Amino acid sequence: MSDTYTKKPESLFSNETIDGEISTLNLGPTHPATHGIFQNVLTVDGEKILGSVQTIGYIHRAFEKLAERRPYNQITPITDRLNYCSSPINNMGWEMTVEKLIGVEIPKRAQYMRVIIMELSRIADHLVCNSVIGVDTGALTGFTYMFQQREAIYDIFEEVCGARLTTNIGRIGGFERDFSPRFHEKLETFLKEFPKHFEEFDSLLLRNRIFMDRTIGAGPMSAERALDYGFTGPNLRATGVDYDVRVMNPYSSYQDFDFIVPVGTQGDTYDRFCVRQEEVRQSLSIIRQALDKMPEGSYFAENLPEFYLPRKDDVYTKMEALIYHFKIVMGETPIPAGEVYHSVEGGNGEVGYQLISDGGRTPYRLQFRRPSFIYYQAYPEMITGQTISDAVLTMSSMNVIAGELDA
Amino acid sequence: MTNLTNEFVLARLQEQFGSAIITSETPYDLLTVEVAVDKAHEIIAWLKQDDATKISFLTLLGATHYPDSQGRELAISYLLHSLVNNFRLRLKSFIPIAEPTIASITDIYVGANWQERETYDFFGVQFTGHPNLTRILNEDSMDYFPLRKEYHLEDATREDKDDRYFGR
Repeated sequence: MSDTYTKKPESLFSNETIDGEISTLNLGPTHPATHGIFQNVLTVDGEKILGSVQTIGYIHRAFEKLAERRPYNQITPITDRLNYCSSPINNMGWEMTVEKLIGVEIPKRAQYMRVIIMELSRIADHLVCNSVIGVDTGALTGFTYMFQQREAIYDIFEEVCGARLTTNIGRIGGFERDFSPRFHEKLETFLKEFPKHFEEFDSLLLRNRIFMDRTIGAGPMSAERALDYGFTGPNLRATGVDYDVRVMNPYSSYQDFDFIVPVGTQGDTYDRFCVRQEEVRQSLSIIRQALDKMPEGSYFAENLPEFYLPRKDDVYTKMEALIYHFKIVMGETPIPAGEVYHSVEGGNGEVGYQLISDGGRTPYRLQFRRPSFIYYQAYPEMITGQTISDAVLTMSSMNVIAGELDA
Repeated sequence: MTNLTNEFVLARLQEQFGSAIITSETPYDLLTVEVAVDKAHEIIAWLKQDDATKISFLTLLGATHYPDSQGRELAISYLLHSLVNNFRLRLKSFIPIAEPTIASITDIYVGANWQERETYDFFGVQFTGHPNLTRILNEDSMDYFPLRKEYHLEDATREDKDDRYFGR
């Protein structure tokens, strides 16, 4: 293996020099171009980066420890705050992990509903990332248009769960309520309006000479190195590896849908941009398919009274519902002991939940696989030899989310 | 795409490493193998280059603290994945908390670097051969390892909250 990262930080610096005057530059912790709180101490020679030392942990909130003292349904809001650009995917990944532990299959309809929400949030996640790449190359216009569209997605989330950013969407066992007519109305409008704006945004950047010159070759990554680092998601696919959890280990009925997994070749900023753009189109197609094929049935698993909160009017009128309501709220639900790993394709990679239960009311141990945390360590290697402006672009195209990085 | 089975991989590991494979189980259909601490590094390295299994992707590395099991308090687990065969394998090694050392696998997977630092940060596991084993999420001056079970989330001297009623 190349010894780029195993040596002491000083030896990361390449020997090449431009004018021989080496200086240190702090990129971050709170730098407008880093889109989050993380620090990079760059060693530069003029504009050229010779090495970088990262510091992370500025917003560490001890989620893994917190989770050891919370009943299962109270952990969903924690997962919101991992990758807060696509909270619903994290929420549902967690819910599916618990469902896998209990061994319950939720109705097909609820699974399709989950697919719709998860793909919407994937679109929102990719929109933020790609439009910010535009901003970092100096093209602010696309960003403002795409943020309007993200707003529309958040309006749709609001119809489902009442929240926009940190959604706490869904429940263990399905959804708290069915999709409303207003939801369908908003979703239809979105599906009709969004492609126009999106293609316009695409046309602003995709073959734009300045954008291409800035992004092609910026922050490249080879497939071999990416696998060695543990890259997943669009960053891995941009290097040419077609690993997608939705296809490899389908969850929530992803096997029912027809979509392609776009891959790049160079693994540079431009490829990451292109992969995300195409994934947005694929997500739209998945949402359309899910709406068309939406099966009849319940929106929650009815055989799961110990986890799924009963309807409020039942709680007031039926004894059983009241008992279950009390037990769920107090965290008195029986759960099997066991060790389970479940992963979903998040906005920026494989989001995994390694859950160890000892049969108690809270997890014995819960570990999150946070894709950002794993691939961000490749950053120094990707920017060494590049310019500072490329380093900024590389970071935004990697879609490093501070919340997920620091857990 | 060939599909590996749990039995095949387990048999292959046993054939290659014999007594270093201590126990095995398959919770939720995921082959979980306990391996000897001093062999863990060698097994992971061997799996990476083995053509029959192609288990060459490190998905997750972490630890769990079991304060009640004497001499094997810390479990280090490696979740490996064969992207070619779509097969997952979990390896575990148990180490005593009094002497929590295990070989670092950063020379096999670069991506293990931060994950091992995180495990050190939260559990105090010493990965021998790690290039830069320092805290990563917590501040450097911290003198304990917070994910160990003896550290309570809330003030342990409180008497008004009984764990039997309000959680662990």
